[in-house]
Amino acid sequence: MSDIEQIPVSLTVNGKKVQRFVEPRTLLIHFLREELDLTGPHIGCETSHCGACTVDMNGMSVKSCTVFAVQANGAELTTIEGMANPDGTLSALQEGFRQMHGLQCGFCTPGMITRAHTLLKENPNPTEDEIRMGISGNLCRCTGYQNIVKAIQYAAAKLNGTDIQEAAE
Amino acid sequence: MNDMTPTREQREAALEGMGCKRKRVEDIRFTQGKGQYVDDLKLPGMVFGDFVRSPYAHAKVTKIDATEALKLPGVIAVLTAEDLKGVNLAWMPTLAGDVQMVLADGKVLYQNQEVAFVVAENRYIADDAIQLVEVEYEELPVLVDPFQSMAPDAPVLRPDLEGKMEGAHGPRKHHNHIFTWEVGDKDETSKAFAEADVTVKELISYHRTHPSPLETCQCVASMDKVKGELTVWGTFQAPHVIRTVASLLSTIPEHKIHVIAPDIGGGFGNKVGAYPGYICSIVASIVTGVPVKWVEDRMENLSTTSFARDYHMTTEIAAKSDGTVTGLKVHVLADHGGFDACADPSKWPAGFFNIVTGSYDFPAAHLEVDGVYTNKAPGGVAYRCSFRVTEAAYCIERGMDILAQKLGMDPADLRMKNFIKPEQFPYQSALGWEYDSGDYHTAMQKAMDTIGYRELRAEQKAKQEAFKRGETREIMGIGVSFFTEIVGAGPSKNCDILGVAMFDSAEIRVHPTGSVISRMGTKSQGQGHETTWAQIIATEIGIPAADIMVEEGNTDTAPYGLGTYGSRSTPVAGAAIALAARKIRNKAQMIAAHMLEVSEYDLEWDVDGFQVKGNPQARKAMKEIAWAAYHAPPPGMEPGLEAVSYYDPPNMTYPFGAYFCVMDIDVDTGVAKTRRFYALDDCGTRINPMIIEGQVHGGLTEAFAIAMGQEIRYDETGNVMGASFMDFFIPTAVETPHWETDYTVTPSPHHPIGAKGVGESPNVGGVPAFSNAVNDAFQFLGSTHIQMPHDAWRIWQAARDLGAHG
Amino acid sequence: MIPGEFTYHRPSSVAEAVAILASHGDEARPLSGGHSLIPMMKLRMAAPEHLVDLGGIADLKGIAEDGDTITVGAMTTQHELIGSDLLGARLPIIRETSLLIADPQIRYLGTLGGNVANGDPGNDMPALMQCLNAAYVLTGPDGAREVAAREFYEAAYFTALAPDEILTAVKIPVPPTGHGYAYEKLKRKVGDYATAAAAVVLTLSGGSVSTCSVALTNVADTPLYAEEAGSILTGSTLDADTVKRAVAAAEAITDPASDGRGPAEYRIKMAGIMLERALARAADRARG
Repeated sequence: MSDIEQIPVSLTVNGKKVQRFVEPRTLLIHFLREELDLTGPHIGCETSHCGACTVDMNGMSVKSCTVFAVQANGAELTTIEGMANPDGTLSALQEGFRQMHGLQCGFCTPGMITRAHTLLKENPNPTEDEIRMGISGNLCRCTGYQNIVKAIQYAAAKLNGTDIQEAAE
Repeated sequence: MNDMTPTREQREAALEGMGCKRKRVEDIRFTQGKGQYVDDLKLPGMVFGDFVRSPYAHAKVTKIDATEALKLPGVIAVLTAEDLKGVNLAWMPTLAGDVQMVLADGKVLYQNQEVAFVVAENRYIADDAIQLVEVEYEELPVLVDPFQSMAPDAPVLRPDLEGKMEGAHGPRKHHNHIFTWEVGDKDETSKAFAEADVTVKELISYHRTHPSPLETCQCVASMDKVKGELTVWGTFQAPHVIRTVASLLSTIPEHKIHVIAPDIGGGFGNKVGAYPGYICSIVASIVTGVPVKWVEDRMENLSTTSFARDYHMTTEIAAKSDGTVTGLKVHVLADHGGFDACADPSKWPAGFFNIVTGSYDFPAAHLEVDGVYTNKAPGGVAYRCSFRVTEAAYCIERGMDILAQKLGMDPADLRMKNFIKPEQFPYQSALGWEYDSGDYHTAMQKAMDTIGYRELRAEQKAKQEAFKRGETREIMGIGVSFFTEIVGAGPSKNCDILGVAMFDSAEIRVHPTGSVISRMGTKSQGQGHETTWAQIIATEIGIPAADIMVEEGNTDTAPYGLGTYGSRSTPVAGAAIALAARKIRNKAQMIAAHMLEVSEYDLEWDVDGFQVKGNPQARKAMKEIAWAAYHAPPPGMEPGLEAVSYYDPPNMTYPFGAYFCVMDIDVDTGVAKTRRFYALDDCGTRINPMIIEGQVHGGLTEAFAIAMGQEIRYDETGNVMGASFMDFFIPTAVETPHWETDYTVTPSPHHPIGAKGVGESPNVGGVPAFSNAVNDAFQFLGSTHIQMPHDAWRIWQAARDLGAHG
Repeated sequence: MIPGEFTYHRPSSVAEAVAILASHGDEARPLSGGHSLIPMMKLRMAAPEHLVDLGGIADLKGIAEDGDTITVGAMTTQHELIGSDLLGARLPIIRETSLLIADPQIRYLGTLGGNVANGDPGNDMPALMQCLNAAYVLTGPDGAREVAAREFYEAAYFTALAPDEILTAVKIPVPPTGHGYAYEKLKRKVGDYATAAAAVVLTLSGGSVSTCSVALTNVADTPLYAEEAGSILTGSTLDADTVKRAVAAAEAITDPASDGRGPAEYRIKMAGIMLERALARAADRARG
């Protein structure tokens, strides 16, 4: 193997403390998927365009294919695996995606939901345009986004306690 | 019965059967990141394979030196064509009757072609090793333009075919020629053109693009040398076909090959074929004795595995002066790249392109397709369409607009005039198809009324006047598209893949407690089969969909099927499911008769059980019957309640639809904005309207991307341009238009439940709607045809060439 | 797409970072947001042996106003620029431009310093900084020096930044209250670089232009400060004729590549169109 020294990283992932030694060039997405077996975040483009690898780092949505694991040292990370309600039931967003048919193959879904989670934290009551701008770093090849927008509106309404509109057309 | 007995409606609702917007069962795992995709798989001892690829589009490979790579700690092997020759796998047969190099055998034919396969402990070391493999190339003249392929002095791309002037599909007329495919009556068609009042002729090109699902192609091959068994997990749209191909190519008997397609992150045709990555992973696992994973990166995906389209269609239409069409003549120059690896049924070198007469009653038609080699990646897959149907739909829908323009007729009116009439079904087309059912006029009228077509035309007229007066720099286009698809491949009389007829299958097992496991030969990549297949079964046998598990993708457990592509799942497997379910219901009827001590002919089916005719209180629910099937079957009857059905469809199905696109174009920048898009689909019986709508949204988004800029381009030296998601146009939520959907229902008369398939219609019908909108916008400035894709810069150039920039 | 190996450094001060860079010369690269550098490393088009992560240097963060100058720390992210009330009030063109950069995820990590320092002609901030006449603070072993954004760019990926220097802050003179501004960017989709983009900042007085500054993005191998276009417009009432001359002057200094965004002839014209539209919007804003 190489002469490059492995570096200790310690971070909190989905509420759990994690400590590992990593090669500096280890990308965060590989660290999550292969070291921690968190295979929810996916690899779609590898050039930071598709957003399938999106995770939440310290309250920011980031594309983990373009972040080194060492850069996440000390960070609080949330992945799709940490999105469900504490009692194990689906979160408002997860439920919204199902109710409004906001997914098909499911490959973009973890990144999309993780991104929408942070979007709603910053803007609990977004307009359709704000949602579309807010998820513009996440590509979906299946849905055409229309029902993803509705899914996020569903979750926003549920979290705000306002009326949830009818299920997908 | 008491008051607590559910009503008939309640019992029906409890089934969540056909026609209901059942929420998807898949979503429970997908929304929690618990899908199981190929790259999620981790096996003990697993290693990683990756390719050394050619930087040149056409070159001799004079030397491959892996010495330095093999010195790198963690590198296990570097395979080259010489190694594969030992197992007779340096070349592999393609689905189209050609052969293709697995690893470069003396030369390369396209940029990024696979040259060597590096196997290392992990993907990091594999990538390091790739940089250390030294390959020497001797560049050869590059052939990029298919119109130059058959020039007398064109470079010889395939020396391996030297002297073979008979290909898989007939005679070859040049060293870079693959086939000529001819359909229709040439003389009749020539006569129609000679007698026509009006004729039009245009070269209509459909550019090269790529299905690019969000998950790339990938696999894990694991050879158990002790048992002599090979297991391959992969992104396979057709796992059984992969198993058969793997067995035919290797010496491993088919029963010792286990192919598993787990969850698939979108396919769109990209995951039908067999690729060098699969072969190399299998060989590497056989050589090393450990599991080998191969995962394409995005650049590899876009530049090597399976492009789509690249058809150059010279289209001629003959008509009377009143607009009645009398003849259609099409010549296609088809760019197949370096190898003919088209994923079509084996006897169809140009797929079902002979659906090119579209929705119109052409009395005469003639079609000729010439396939040629170029220094580009092989492929030619059906990117969210039945085989070459989207090219055909684009060709005729653009052609009809061009004819309307020449006649001075409204394009919607011209279509209405020439539609096949409802009473003409089943309709024999001039190019050999039998259309099963349709009511085109009703669909078109509904669409025109809903979108307010005449008012839009009036608005457009006013805008054109304002533009001419210099009051606006924006012009407006209305794209009309009326498509007829041909899906559900297909009847064994005309469809096979490498000799295997294109049937599909279903197995249903009802357990003693009345729940069900069912398995099919299809494989969902997002279509939601686990949800919809259960709905068909629920309606057919009266067991709630929630109690029915659907499993696909494991070739050990699923009955043999030809997989999911070309919108074939519902027309073929959907029928097999209904027929297997009906076998179960028939047996259940005999059991119920025994239980109720009546003749089976005295029973009638009622939602979820059998009841005695005229005495509905005397009934047995399916759950009770299931228990009896295992507990106390009628004397002489085999216990159990299960069935298998293999369905060989009697005909294809022919979904259709009317699409309208309203577009505003900024003449100064070429930026086109879709103001409205309305899609009316008729896919026959609707199994799950929610899923249909989702399919339509997704297909329209792909159509939008393709029409408006999604392209695989090559420069003159064969470099593939923009093979990343920076350049390859995948629209985000911001660019994607809002979709309006609608429907009519014209069931297929030959399908057990009348369903036709829908997944690909929006791509087939959507592309001409967008392109016709762009073209329509510029007609008043004198334009006849502007080639796709309609990126802003190309629209701007068209506007400039028409003098619109003043 | 895997980066090559490197040694990772995470200094906690600028001095420490500079010392590391100085000791490794060309073999070391600073890492800020990483969204330009890491993709290049994954393609093995960049292979630094030492990566100096600036993420641990607190001094490089923050936005501060001092008289007529706003100083932005190099590691301030685009997300923070968008969220800054101070910038929103005094330099709203920064928010407008930041919102057109890449996508939300990238804006959380992408920094102003990284965007202006790496010399990628596709980046949006360099032209904007030229338009605003900002200065970059470059800190090296011998201390800090300032270089005007208009003097900083030499060629694609070549700048006035020495290998042992770090761009630590950007100093932006605040335009007068009531100034007009616009950043017009034509792009194929969210996440794309500009086909062409134009930044305009102007002030009006009694209907005519008192000051006007113009810069262009991604239509040459560096950002372009369109000095002549600005001069032509200054003193005018933005009448059609003058705008036309200014647009022609701006187009004349462009030299874009032909690529997937379009052939050069198109991108030149789009630079002109973006300028025309930016001028119109900026003037509207200045008129209030």
